[in-house]
Amino acid sequence: MTETLAIETQSLNKVYSSGRTEVVALREATLKIPKGQVAALLGPSGSGKSTLLTIIGLVIPPTSGQVFINGELIVDGSHAKTNLRNYRRQNVGFVFQKANLIPFLSAIENVQVAMELNHTSTFKARRRAAELLDEFGVLERSYDKPSRLSGGEQQRVAIARALANNPAVILADEPTAALDSHRAKQVMELFAKIAHEQNAGVIVVTHDHRYLEVFDAIFEIEDGVLRRRVAVAT
Amino acid sequence: MNLAFKDVQHNLGRFSLTAVGIGMMLMIVMGMAGIYRGLIEDATLVIDRIGSDLWIVQRDTRGPFAEVSRLPKSMVHRVEAVPGVESAREFVYHTIQRQHAGKPLRMSILGLSWPTDKGEWLPLVAGRPLAQNHFELIADQTLGFQLNESIQLGKEKYVVVGITSGMVSSGGDGMSIVTLGDSQAIQFDSVGEALRLERSSRERRAMDVDLFLKQPQLIEHLSQPTSQLPAFSSPQISAVVASIKPGHVIEEVQQTIANWGDVSVFTKAAQEDLLLQGMVDKARRQLGMFRALLTIIAAVIMALILYTLTLDKLHSIALLKLLGAPDRTILGILLQQAIGLGALGYGIAFLIGQQLFPYFPRRVVITNEDLVQLLFIVLVISVLSSLLGIWRAMRVQPTEALMG
Ligand SMILES: Nc1ncnc2c1ncn2[C@@H]1O[C@H](COP(=O)(O)OP(=O)(O)O)[C@@H](O)[C@H]1O
Ligand SMILES: [Mg+2]
Repeated sequence: MTETLAIETQSLNKVYSSGRTEVVALREATLKIPKGQVAALLGPSGSGKSTLLTIIGLVIPPTSGQVFINGELIVDGSHAKTNLRNYRRQNVGFVFQKANLIPFLSAIENVQVAMELNHTSTFKARRRAAELLDEFGVLERSYDKPSRLSGGEQQRVAIARALANNPAVILADEPTAALDSHRAKQVMELFAKIAHEQNAGVIVVTHDHRYLEVFDAIFEIEDGVLRRRVAVAT
Repeated sequence: MNLAFKDVQHNLGRFSLTAVGIGMMLMIVMGMAGIYRGLIEDATLVIDRIGSDLWIVQRDTRGPFAEVSRLPKSMVHRVEAVPGVESAREFVYHTIQRQHAGKPLRMSILGLSWPTDKGEWLPLVAGRPLAQNHFELIADQTLGFQLNESIQLGKEKYVVVGITSGMVSSGGDGMSIVTLGDSQAIQFDSVGEALRLERSSRERRAMDVDLFLKQPQLIEHLSQPTSQLPAFSSPQISAVVASIKPGHVIEEVQQTIANWGDVSVFTKAAQEDLLLQGMVDKARRQLGMFRALLTIIAAVIMALILYTLTLDKLHSIALLKLLGAPDRTILGILLQQAIGLGALGYGIAFLIGQQLFPYFPRRVVITNEDLVQLLFIVLVISVLSSLLGIWRAMRVQPTEALMG
């Protein structure tokens, strides 16, 4: 493949061990997602989707295997090749099932904070936050605290936050679970658009099999075993 | 954007209530330091105001403030005769507790040697010094008397002619200043019945003495007031205070007088030390204990509140870590809040204190030194009390943001 990969994993294994019990959450998970593509990750509950996502997102280390971001080796087994928290801040955007906003910050501040943590000036961060909120149709809720926003509005603010630093990788874990089907479709299309326009690698975990046509690739996972679904006719 | 401030804004009610509570406690801590300073000032102020170089008291006593001292009145003349002494005067000082306007009234009585001393040196805020030998009184404003009010002490009524400020004994009792004669009349006041019994017992004793049997007219004299009996010494004084002539060394004069077998001599500084080491020192330690305890309690309460504030935002902290916030950002939030709480409490303590301290029964003197010291202590306990929360926050994993 000539184009650079946004995300690549090599033989990721993850074993959770607590006391005497061991849970194997991932077995030899290997995937490649080129820049500008959006991939869906399907699988039943407990199959290891979140585990894979948090490893790619540099939140937890794998038991073994590698993670490459933009072709660069970032994680090798339990060894980090860089300061993961800094790297994550600059390169990874997260969207979760629940919007996960900071309750004491207003909508616009929730977007702003991601940029300010990344050393963007308050002024620039504010301006870009407003642009993003506007783009997702929640600009008029800028000064409301998350508790006053609807689930859909919260989720759009969270997506705006994930995009704020123009990350190379965007990881979304069941982002449409709290949304009605109309909104869910919009969000899925939004991720596809972001991937294509910003040349980012996007992985969306979903239970919802209705909107799969928007994805460039589909991965399925069962009992920690990952495989790519061969393209289906749409 | 200041995350610490945003969080405080969000929890404004709880944060400000805590600050008020901490502030009240710090106010008491501040007040206690002030009360101690007030004790010292009160104790030394009187000695300063009296302004004499040497205090001559009964041998081996630490009078006249710290304990009772009795000297014969003639001591004044002996002291005056010492080379280097510019002037000497009697000093009579005692504390009484009477009933006034239906309430117990404690006051210290200071006797001035009329007519050389009319109290011109007193810090008068109203009225005038004494103008006659009897029945006039200058009162400290803490006693709450009005100018021209008449006060019953013993058998006589005294008119308040002047009001002073800051004339308070080390026990905190306001002073009344009268002439020496009056002060002794007040001190040795006895009821009529006691006097009658005393005089008749004198007469009975006289019947056993040859002298009175041979000269019966002498018995007549026995019914006179005690102070007029030639065979009785005149009422005693508490101390003699002396000023030294310029050009003479105080310690040399002190040494001369100290060689007499019947007195002890203190310089002004030594007299002040006696007061400070004696009664004031106990009060200082007492107040010090309370201050330390209250400071610890304030720290514990702050730690608890800061800890619960931290627990409440553990999810946000995990989320911030997930978003890539370095530990120092998290640490900054918690420390800023702790120091903010401490500083706000301190400010509240200062403001409330300024309003409240003037109404305290004893003088509260807030010095800059004490203020700076307390501020430093507050900052230290703020940081210490945030440690528990910081410890908890540092252990939060970013993955915790993904749960629940
Ligand atoms: N922190 C953990 N400790 C122990 N076991 C875990 C932990 N997180 C996930 N697991 C287990 O790993 C497996 C995969 O979980 P997860 O990745 O959350 O699945 P999914 O997101 O597909 O529902 C499950 O069996 C789950 O119980
Ligand atoms: Mg999951």
